[in-house]
Amino acid sequence: MKMRGRIWKFGDNIDTDAIIPARYLNIWDPQGLAAHCMEDADPEFMKKMRPGDILVGGENFGCGSSREHAPIAIKAAGIACVVAKSFARIFYRNSFDMGLPIFESPELWGLVENGAEIEVDADAGLIRIVGAAANPLKIPPFPPFMQELIADGGLMNHIAKGRTK
Amino acid sequence: MGMTITEKILSRHVDLDEVHPGMLINARVDIALGNDITAPIAIDAFRKAGGKKVFDREKVVLVADHFSPNKDIDSAEQCKLMRDFAHEQELTHYYDVGEAGVEHALLPEKGIVGPGDLVAGADSHTCTYGGLGAFATGVGSTDLAAAMMTGELWFKVPETMKFVYHGKRRPWVTGKDLILHTIGRIGVDGALYRAMEFTGETVRSLTMADRLTMANMAVEAGGKNGIFIPDEVTEAYCRERAERKYEFFTSDPDARYHSVIDIDVEKIELQVSFPHLPSNAKGISEVGSVRIDQSIIGSCTNGRIEDLRVAASILKGRHAAPGMRLIIIPATPGVYRQAMHEGLFDIFLDAGGVISLPTCGPCLGGYMGILAKGERSVATTNRNFVGRMGHPGSEVYLAGPAVAAATAVAGHLAGPEQL
Repeated sequence: MKMRGRIWKFGDNIDTDAIIPARYLNIWDPQGLAAHCMEDADPEFMKKMRPGDILVGGENFGCGSSREHAPIAIKAAGIACVVAKSFARIFYRNSFDMGLPIFESPELWGLVENGAEIEVDADAGLIRIVGAAANPLKIPPFPPFMQELIADGGLMNHIAKGRTK
Repeated sequence: MGMTITEKILSRHVDLDEVHPGMLINARVDIALGNDITAPIAIDAFRKAGGKKVFDREKVVLVADHFSPNKDIDSAEQCKLMRDFAHEQELTHYYDVGEAGVEHALLPEKGIVGPGDLVAGADSHTCTYGGLGAFATGVGSTDLAAAMMTGELWFKVPETMKFVYHGKRRPWVTGKDLILHTIGRIGVDGALYRAMEFTGETVRSLTMADRLTMANMAVEAGGKNGIFIPDEVTEAYCRERAERKYEFFTSDPDARYHSVIDIDVEKIELQVSFPHLPSNAKGISEVGSVRIDQSIIGSCTNGRIEDLRVAASILKGRHAAPGMRLIIIPATPGVYRQAMHEGLFDIFLDAGGVISLPTCGPCLGGYMGILAKGERSVATTNRNFVGRMGHPGSEVYLAGPAVAAATAVAGHLAGPEQL
């Protein structure tokens, strides 16, 4: 899996209320949620972003509520993947469960500005900053079980394959 | 090698003699919980995966509490979807208008969850049940779908941070102040992926309400679960209400901890967490003059009868400040009835307050007290993120019931001793 896209940079502790405010939780259709993606972090975000763009977060991305509406909104908006210094745990498991690619990189945030282009090579475990001379950044590999979830296309498919027994 | 209470409960649910931090396990779930926000997505995933019957109709619990009684047409559709599923599946524990309350106040009160349980809930504050000595953690909707289907869920065994509270509490200081202070000390990711074990001599003097309040906010420090070692307080609470057999677990003396944090309770004053993170905790003597428009007393954190009694003891014979909107939200029908019988409603009404039906309502910016741009609310809830209670330009100040009630009277952030 390789993704190349323009990045949108956010700070530490981006909570799920910022990703998808609770006032929209009376919606569960993915496209309906996507219309409000990142609204309370950047009200103009959906006007500015293009499908294939990448979110870059600081520490504890996705903290707060367990709402799976958050990764659903990000994925349905067309965001290719999220790269953060660290993820809050429910957001982390939700992303694997429902198939939003996420990657941990403690270094990337400090090396890129908004609008930079990056290439994420999930198979090689590398992130390249397009046009930068620096060596590619290593993505710490995910545990084998998380890789199985990704390969199976999420938790429900994984269960359907009878692999949890 | 000794184990912590969290490790012991997890090992019991995978039939292993021992588990250790970092292990990936597929554990049996005693209760799988969802609400009107998270269940619709879970039900959809359940059906798409070919689900026909839930693994055990006694163990799947659905509660309409967030936007129920329906706040609008979309909410009505979501609640209906969940209601239809609950009836189709003949769920024993389905709670709708009239019986429903804020889920994390309702389940302990009804004895649906108990010590030693493994509870997975599609709501981040599921960690509340750690107050009873259960392993309880928040998960997403897909996880709930998987748990409803198989009765099992994957977990990574967390490391445990041990918090040792000692010393006598100052007047009016409750579990809410202890947990806000703790989060202020370690930060909103200070316990990321870890179990938070609350121990020490002070903890043993805490009521079950205080313990549930503290475990409730473990997630605000990034914790996977918060947990208390069950004792005679737990026994007294569970004896009369537990629906199933329960079991007390305890941590071994040689259990391994990620870290041990010592907290001198005598130094902790009433706390207020300023916008926009629960970790921005300050002592009441340091808050300065902050004008407040609204006071919310309720939620899964502090909507129990003990919280309403504290608020009433301060509001009795007093009146809310001019322009103050004081909203009391008993968390469950049981709390509602008890408060009514104890005469607390008269006190609240005489103070200029209004009493809401049980709902999560304003805590997550749903309804029943949404803020306009520039407005400020003090609230006994658990989160003060940007836009949490309404307009992104509004502010939420988190506190316990004593500060929320005193602030309602003063019109600015205050403790009862400032009145």
